[in-house]
Amino acid sequence: MRDAHGHFPTVTRALLLGAVFALWPLAAQAAGAIDKQDFNQIERGHYLAIAGDCAACHTLPGSGHDYAGGRVIETPFGHLVAPNITPDPTTGIGAWTDDEFVNALTKGTGRHGDRLYPAMPYTYYTKVTRDDALAIRAYLNTVPAVHHPVKSDQLPFPLDMRISMAAWDELFFKPGEFRPDPHKSAQWNRGAYLTEGLGHCGMCHTPKNFLGADDAGKTFQGYALQGWFAPDITNDPRRGVGSWSVDQIAAYLKNGQNGVTVGNGLMAETIHLSTSHLSDDDVKAIAVYLKDRPGDAGKQEAKAQPAVSNADQATMSAGAQIYADECSGCHAPDAKGVAGLFPSLHGTPFVQQTDPTNLIHVVLRGALGVATKAAPTAPEMPAFAWVLDDDQVATLLTYIRNSWGNAAPTVSADRVSKERAALTERSD
Amino acid sequence: MYQLTRRGLLGSSALWLLLSSSAARAAVIRGGIPWKPGAGDPPEPVTPGGWKYFTPQEAKTVEAFVDRLIPADDLSPGGRECGCAVFIDRQLAGPYGDFGGYYLAGPFVKGTKQQGPQSPVTPAQHYRKALAALDGACRSKYGGKAFAELTDAQKDEVITGLENGSLKLDGADGQEFFKLILKNTQNGYLADPIYGGNKDMASWKMIGFPGAHYDYREWIDKHNQRVTMPAVGIANHPNWSQKS
Amino acid sequence: MARKLPHKDVAIIGLGWTGSILANELTDAGLDVVAIERGPWRDTATDFAISYAQDELRYRIRHELFLRNSQMSVTFRNNAGQTALPVRTWGAFMLGNGVGGAGVHWNAETWRFLPTDFTLKSHLTQRYGANFLPADMTIQDWGITWNEIEPYYDEFEYLCGTSGQAGNLSGELQSGGNPFEGPRSRPYPTPPQKQGYGHTLFAQGAAKLGYKPFPQPSGNLSRAYTNPLGVTLAPCTYCGFCEWFGCANNSKATPQTTVLPALLRKTNFEARTECEVTRINLDNTGKRATGVTFVDSSGEEYEQPADIVLLCAFSLFNVQLLLLSGIGAAYDPATGQGQIGRNFTHQTMSSALGFFDKDKYNFNPFVASGAIGMIIDEFNGDNFDHGPVGFVGGGYIGQVQTNGRPIESTAVPPGTPAWGSKWKAAIKDNYLSTINSGGACHGSMYSYRDNYLSLDPTYKDRFGRPLVRITIDFHDNEIKMSNFLTDKYAEILQAMGAKQIVKKPRKAPYDVTQYQTSHLNGGAIMGDNPGNSAVNRYLQSWDVANLFVVGASAFPQNAGYNPTGTVGALAFWAADAIRSQYLKNPGPLVHA
Repeated sequence: MRDAHGHFPTVTRALLLGAVFALWPLAAQAAGAIDKQDFNQIERGHYLAIAGDCAACHTLPGSGHDYAGGRVIETPFGHLVAPNITPDPTTGIGAWTDDEFVNALTKGTGRHGDRLYPAMPYTYYTKVTRDDALAIRAYLNTVPAVHHPVKSDQLPFPLDMRISMAAWDELFFKPGEFRPDPHKSAQWNRGAYLTEGLGHCGMCHTPKNFLGADDAGKTFQGYALQGWFAPDITNDPRRGVGSWSVDQIAAYLKNGQNGVTVGNGLMAETIHLSTSHLSDDDVKAIAVYLKDRPGDAGKQEAKAQPAVSNADQATMSAGAQIYADECSGCHAPDAKGVAGLFPSLHGTPFVQQTDPTNLIHVVLRGALGVATKAAPTAPEMPAFAWVLDDDQVATLLTYIRNSWGNAAPTVSADRVSKERAALTERSD
Repeated sequence: MYQLTRRGLLGSSALWLLLSSSAARAAVIRGGIPWKPGAGDPPEPVTPGGWKYFTPQEAKTVEAFVDRLIPADDLSPGGRECGCAVFIDRQLAGPYGDFGGYYLAGPFVKGTKQQGPQSPVTPAQHYRKALAALDGACRSKYGGKAFAELTDAQKDEVITGLENGSLKLDGADGQEFFKLILKNTQNGYLADPIYGGNKDMASWKMIGFPGAHYDYREWIDKHNQRVTMPAVGIANHPNWSQKS
Repeated sequence: MARKLPHKDVAIIGLGWTGSILANELTDAGLDVVAIERGPWRDTATDFAISYAQDELRYRIRHELFLRNSQMSVTFRNNAGQTALPVRTWGAFMLGNGVGGAGVHWNAETWRFLPTDFTLKSHLTQRYGANFLPADMTIQDWGITWNEIEPYYDEFEYLCGTSGQAGNLSGELQSGGNPFEGPRSRPYPTPPQKQGYGHTLFAQGAAKLGYKPFPQPSGNLSRAYTNPLGVTLAPCTYCGFCEWFGCANNSKATPQTTVLPALLRKTNFEARTECEVTRINLDNTGKRATGVTFVDSSGEEYEQPADIVLLCAFSLFNVQLLLLSGIGAAYDPATGQGQIGRNFTHQTMSSALGFFDKDKYNFNPFVASGAIGMIIDEFNGDNFDHGPVGFVGGGYIGQVQTNGRPIESTAVPPGTPAWGSKWKAAIKDNYLSTINSGGACHGSMYSYRDNYLSLDPTYKDRFGRPLVRITIDFHDNEIKMSNFLTDKYAEILQAMGAKQIVKKPRKAPYDVTQYQTSHLNGGAIMGDNPGNSAVNRYLQSWDVANLFVVGASAFPQNAGYNPTGTVGALAFWAADAIRSQYLKNPGPLVHA
């Protein structure tokens, strides 16, 4: 069934997809139990588990034991460790009932009614239909059971008291399955279902309030985490995907590159494990949905003009020199890069996020582009931390952010210095 | 209270680079390109000041020597000011001085010229011996004066003597030493300033080499035209400073 | 006691060009492949980053990317009357190391040999008579023809994205290309690179003299290109730091930029780096390889069992491993018996300096790539009548100056003092206006009875194994040829307007301290029967049927071109034979 790379061939995926769409309206009606004989359900669950990227947390890379837990999750409050969700009866979820599984996924409740921390993205998975949740369960029932005890909860007191989650859930958690919007197309609704639900894109891409919940007025407008800034993915023309076509968004998710950029940083893993395995129709649906998400209109107007005054001509000309000496050899004198290899810097969202973290990060530490079957090159950017001091990085980035149709706030040496220090602490 | 999380600690490189669980130190590469954030192998810039190999007397001799091999004139500063002696000192203090990477198993047998150098005497040892012998030869010939104390004309006489073999050194091969110090001096003069010589890219500016650039696409079609890019070194970019 | 590893279908020794191509082909066929590489992993961002790759001292003068002689070296003598001594640091050739091998730091000059090169012995004998050839010349036909190998040249060029101008498409001559090349089935995948002033002037000078100049086929690409594996390369930026250096912007065709990204994604491939294969293991019949033994960087020994062993190391080390593993019979020049080690060749290189009027000519030598250049092929191979000139062989002639790196490119006219103010003035006055093309005359080296490889009796490697010993000298034939080519080149420099020309033809004896390319070939040559070769036409060992020995070690003699195009073609050719014939029916593919 699988090819040498462990992937489903395209034909099978197309059949699966057909099955998904065909069954979806039916599935919404059936209360659904798990039929262990139902191969279709298991295959569908496999696909949905990839869409939900369960392996990203629940599989320890290099362990060879899928879904057996043990991967450390970094939070500002301490560490959590993703549990074992293989069917092992004692250390995994083999003994759970289907309802307990569905409740964990969609209501954030553990086996004995205790609350999960929203490191488990139940606030997004709540949108998943019961039928889809059961399909995922059916699939997980078939993965090899691994005896691997995991102590998930490693937060310091008093955060280890899960009862405190009740209040948080009360304030911020809105449980409930996805409700299609009757005014939108089936394709849009599919995209919304995936993006808001299994995709849990807002987990990284939506800013958080001071209590760590989604800032509801700013959905998908970007968020800083772990040395990166998950960018704005609304249709904002500068900071979001507004300058990309539907096909370019879809290609980015499916192939890891779209002619103007290459997936890298934290998104590289998401593309590798999840979005590159989605069907063409599904990535397109996500793209259609995102193109319909408005950005922050107020911010757009305020930041439309380059933030460089005449007094900064020195910065622009020094920045041009640095660019010519260190960057042009790959990104080209006109900053258009090489499609599929070196990202364009020409009016691109990566360059124009209000938060310059990503630019500082890749200039200081380099980057590795994601490799997919369609685009295996995995281009590399080298680290420039050794040759560019904070002032020079700031000058260069200010120059780039205000050239070739880009308009974004200047970057200060101080900001670079803080990021450099923060990155030194990180091994990833 | 809860803020976003993401899987962490194991970097993306862990997906790709599997260190085998046995005691072996082989890197087993599977699944993708093994790359770590921040990875790189930049050169170690030489910081001038002090000598890491030469004694003060040796340094004086070498500085005087390089200043005759490359005299100061209106084309460029002299070898000493360009940092050629610092270059040689740092090279000798590093792997180059010690036959780093060379095949050093014996027996050491002198062969034909075509078989290449077979001496176990390292460049560092060679300099030590030859510089002492040089001062000795100068003292004999020039009334007790060491090389550095001679007039320029006398120094040139000595160097010429080494070059053509007429001046013998006690316990060292003068001609071989001349070839070595000439090569090292000229290398230091023409190499990237990061290694201590070619200060401010003096030699490159003199000959018209723009230095450590990487993108000449604009120039490939401009036949017979002088390239106007500013001279830069790997860690030497005067054109980056913010002067309007 | 060697620790035994789980079985693999294929064990590949060395992960350079041939190892990478074969690994990719055989993993596509579903086999489980391990490649064992003596040196480290290498990649662009880590090892040849754009902020420090352009360092002449580090990479050219101290040759930092190359094999350290302390890790492995060779010994050398001109003839059997001498005692071979170690090459303590590289000179005449520089050997690669690490993943990508020499493919990382080659110039990317990507040539095909001539059709007659493959049937050289028959062809020359037929044209000139057997007595025209020196008595001790041991050239041979390869056992394959141009028509057979052509599709595999094509495959290698399309893997690399080679930039060039076709000269002969299926028999139709094309203007602007090489009129002497063998018929190609299709054009190069990308157009030729742009040329600098000196290169262009050479073409004009050559045309004036009636020759047909054409651009050198280049693996430094003229534009962005995505190869059949889906891997993308960038356009070359003419940085002038090519041979000896890694490429910082993915514009040079190397295993890293063409194959490895696709190969490394496969679940049925793994690479072990910093592991040295110490021997190929045989069963007790001596006719079947059971796998290889290797040592990791802490000295632990491992046994890797495999059904197929591919010897894909550098040519010299292919031969060394055969000898150390007791495969085949070592060549004895006295008796002429034994196939392993014979017909060792290098390249016959020469050049001339062309000094031009500094007030009229500025060549910007630093604006260049590794395979830039305008070439004439009138004097290569048997493209001209050798009767009147009294030698066989030839080479391409071209202005192929690849760089203006100051330490190497500050040539001064004869008589200039070696130091002092006059020296300074001379380098200043001549740097921009000198044609200093070290590879200008790229002459063939044919094979001789007394040029060969063997194991050294005295000097050992770090494991106590004998080093490979090179016995080589120039013969009159090659010296005559070199003088001839150099004169022709000088005539063109004259036609270009040089004010002073200094000819530097190759002189005997062969000197292991003077760099003359790293194109070392032979020692495990291919042929049509076990009495005249070490491997058959598919590069399968005559002695051990599940062993293939791939690389320039297979060349019975060298031609007047850079060898890598042919090495790549042979790798694809061998891979095809393994996939379409050997796997279906393991055993000898040729019965002779």
